[in-house]
Amino acid sequence: MSPLNIEKGSSKHSAYDLRNPNAEVIETHTLAVVVDNEAGVLARVIGLFSGRGYNIESLTVAEVDHLGHRSRITIVTTGTPEVIEQIKAQLGRLVPVHKVQDLTTEGPSVERELALLKVSGTGDKRVEALRLADIFRANAVDSTLESFVFSIAGSPEKIDAFIELMRPLGLVETARTGVAALTRGAN
Amino acid sequence: MAQQMTGARMVVQALKDQGVDVVFGYPGGAVLPIYDEIFQDQGIKHILVRHEQGAAHAAEGYARSTGKPGVVLVTSGPGATNAVTGITDALMDSIPMVVLSGQVPTFMIGSDAFQEADTVGITRPCSKHNWLVKETDALAQTIHQAFHVATSGRPGPVLVDIPKDVQFATGTYVGPTEARASHYQPKVKGDTEMITALVEALETAERPIFYTGGGVINSGTLASQLLREWVEATGFPITSTLMGLGAYPASGKNWLGMLGMHGLYEANMAMHGCDLMINIGARFDDRITGRIADFSPHSRKAHIDIDPSSINKVIRTDFPIVGDVAHVLEDALRIWKSRGRKVNKSALKKWWAQIEEWKQVRCLTYKNSDSVIKPQHALERLEALTRGHDRYICTDVGQHQMWAAQFLGFDAPNRWMTSGGLGTMGYGLPASIGVQVAHPDSLVINVAGDASFMMNLQEMGTARQYDLPVKQFILNNERLGMVRQWQELLHGERYSHSWSEALPDFVKLAEAFGAKGFMVSDPKDLDDAIMEMIEYDGPVIFDCLVEKHENCFPMIPSGEPHNNMLLGDASTKDAIGTKGAVLV
Ligand SMILES: Cc1cc2nc3c(=O)[nH]c(=O)nc-3n(C[C@H](O)[C@H](O)[C@H](O)COP(=O)(O)OP(=O)(O)OC[C@H]3O[C@@H](n4cnc5c(N)ncnc54)[C@H](O)[C@@H]3O)c2cc1C
Ligand SMILES: Cc1ncc(C[n+]2csc(CCOP(=O)(O)OP(=O)(O)O)c2C)c(N)n1
Repeated sequence: MSPLNIEKGSSKHSAYDLRNPNAEVIETHTLAVVVDNEAGVLARVIGLFSGRGYNIESLTVAEVDHLGHRSRITIVTTGTPEVIEQIKAQLGRLVPVHKVQDLTTEGPSVERELALLKVSGTGDKRVEALRLADIFRANAVDSTLESFVFSIAGSPEKIDAFIELMRPLGLVETARTGVAALTRGAN
Repeated sequence: MAQQMTGARMVVQALKDQGVDVVFGYPGGAVLPIYDEIFQDQGIKHILVRHEQGAAHAAEGYARSTGKPGVVLVTSGPGATNAVTGITDALMDSIPMVVLSGQVPTFMIGSDAFQEADTVGITRPCSKHNWLVKETDALAQTIHQAFHVATSGRPGPVLVDIPKDVQFATGTYVGPTEARASHYQPKVKGDTEMITALVEALETAERPIFYTGGGVINSGTLASQLLREWVEATGFPITSTLMGLGAYPASGKNWLGMLGMHGLYEANMAMHGCDLMINIGARFDDRITGRIADFSPHSRKAHIDIDPSSINKVIRTDFPIVGDVAHVLEDALRIWKSRGRKVNKSALKKWWAQIEEWKQVRCLTYKNSDSVIKPQHALERLEALTRGHDRYICTDVGQHQMWAAQFLGFDAPNRWMTSGGLGTMGYGLPASIGVQVAHPDSLVINVAGDASFMMNLQEMGTARQYDLPVKQFILNNERLGMVRQWQELLHGERYSHSWSEALPDFVKLAEAFGAKGFMVSDPKDLDDAIMEMIEYDGPVIFDCLVEKHENCFPMIPSGEPHNNMLLGDASTKDAIGTKGAVLV
């Protein structure tokens, strides 16, 4: 009904011609959020995610600057590029937030996670568990005659792989810390 | 000026130091120490509302009409929860507001104490920020910080929850200047490179349009002045959202009227067909965009907004400019002038010719009547008879709100108070009270719907108590009109619970409150009654009985593109020019 007879695509700059709604990729991003360590700040961040329907894959939080009362929240989240942009902007406007860093896009970064795994079993399975733990450089931090508690640190992928291997060998329980991450390099 | 005083005293002192002259509130156990201080200090005017929701809306009206933050004082538990709707309303419409709530003493928090509610938890998602103050020494600092946050960047409501023991205890007061500076300092200056890119695009644009919003009002009167200057100098057409009305004068020659779901045909068509859209302080709300995929498909879009999360939230922007409207416009104007004030004159001429054609549709046409008052007619008469006055208009929510936006003209910012984002029925009366408190000698009118008015009518008591001559102009269709319209258009005329049964006699109601009541049903009596209402020195309830099943057009059905408007009477071309048809 447009009486203007504008040809479709006449403006290369319009975002509409660029965006293909069927091709929206879901990306995983790791965000580091530096916040004032004040009451309710975690609720604020989590509430933002639940209130606006964003995903949290993993979340870690601890005070990193005792004197300055700053905590660092590391969030692994998923979404389309637009949603990831919104998440960052929405986090950025929270009053106690000092800095939002997207470690996935801001150059190379390292991600580490710690997991504790309780594996119980005897005989061959027990030997195999110990052998694999050695390969993965996991330490047995507790052992009884029919169980181990392994401690493993590394990238989330490495921990995923280790957990998968332990499953058939008598994995009873897992505890993971969630991801801690930093950019690489001097700054 | 570090002084020792009680927390309750600090509250009053901090408010005074922040330049607060009026507080809208309601007392209760958890704020008694503060009320005691208010009693002993004549420096702060307290308006006792009749319901805490009313306090919040009154504070919104005060804030929107003055540009200053509105202040609310409520007690714990029910006092705070009653205020929640008003706080959410302020958040959605970016209204600066500071809410102080009482809380049970710190040592009882968490024990399900009498009138305990997790106020900070409840209001966390509906405020810009909130604080629970656990030490008297931190109280003054927190209140100053609260004012800073409420009024900086994108304005919004904040809440400070103050336990009763903190009010009683003594601590050190700090004034606003000694208070610790906040790290919260949103960026106000836009990126010069991006502004220059926008100016370049503007110089060659063939079909440009300014799309302005509430952010211009938020930015202050300078923003409106600069906007006017730019619009006049470029000769570009301008439309505005519901929230931005008055930033550019309705009498200005480039004005296309409001856009959006119930916006004007010419405004929506121009938005759809433009090649450069300059969004200034508007947020691409869904009442504006309709179906996203078809929203202004061939334009490049600039977006000036102080909140980075507004940009690219809904619509992808080609020229994202984060900054305050006045700051960005100042830079943009300077750059544009220094580059020789260029615009594409010949293309603009064609563009205006096209816009003129759209105007000829006369989309606000309605069939007038000699026997019943048409709501549009009532508003045209209200407009004609009050235009010259020092006038402030509030509205409730529904059809009457949209007609008010269509048929009343605003030539200045801060003169139009309406609940846009949340769409809160019952906003209008308390908001009008807040406006009248701020502007005691002005004509303050609330264009109300019968159903909306019923939601907060207790505030007539407040109007009477403080001699606030607010005029409640009810377009009474005995229907939940907007709901009924949707049921007619979308639900096969199945009018499920969308009428107002057992309405009170509004004239008697007015009298019961010590106000003046008018009831008008004959179009012939309308003008005289409106004049009487204006001249009456006191609060008025004006019961204007209007056509019951009138629909509000134009209307873009939800999820449709801009160029797919329902035009109602105007679409029957024959209706135009026939006897009784009124063209606007
Ligand atoms: C029944 C009903 C029908 C409606 N129909 C329509 C309709 O037809 N048309 C219509 O327009 N609306 C309509 N609305 C209102 C609509 O829901 C939205 O509230 C409105 O469109 C939003 O206006 P806005 O975009 O100007 O944004 P606002 O809500 O006013 O937001 C302001 C924007 O400006 C930014 N900002 C704030 N301060 C500054 C500053 N200093 N500098 C720069 N940027 C700043 C903010 O970050 C925000 O993005 C209707 C509402 C109701 C209840
Ligand atoms: C608090 C609240 N409840 C429900 C709604 C949904 N709603 C929107 S408009 C409307 C009808 C309003 O009727 P009225 O105030 O008489 O105005 P009219 O549309 O008839 O002009 C309703 C129920 C709302 N906006 N706010």
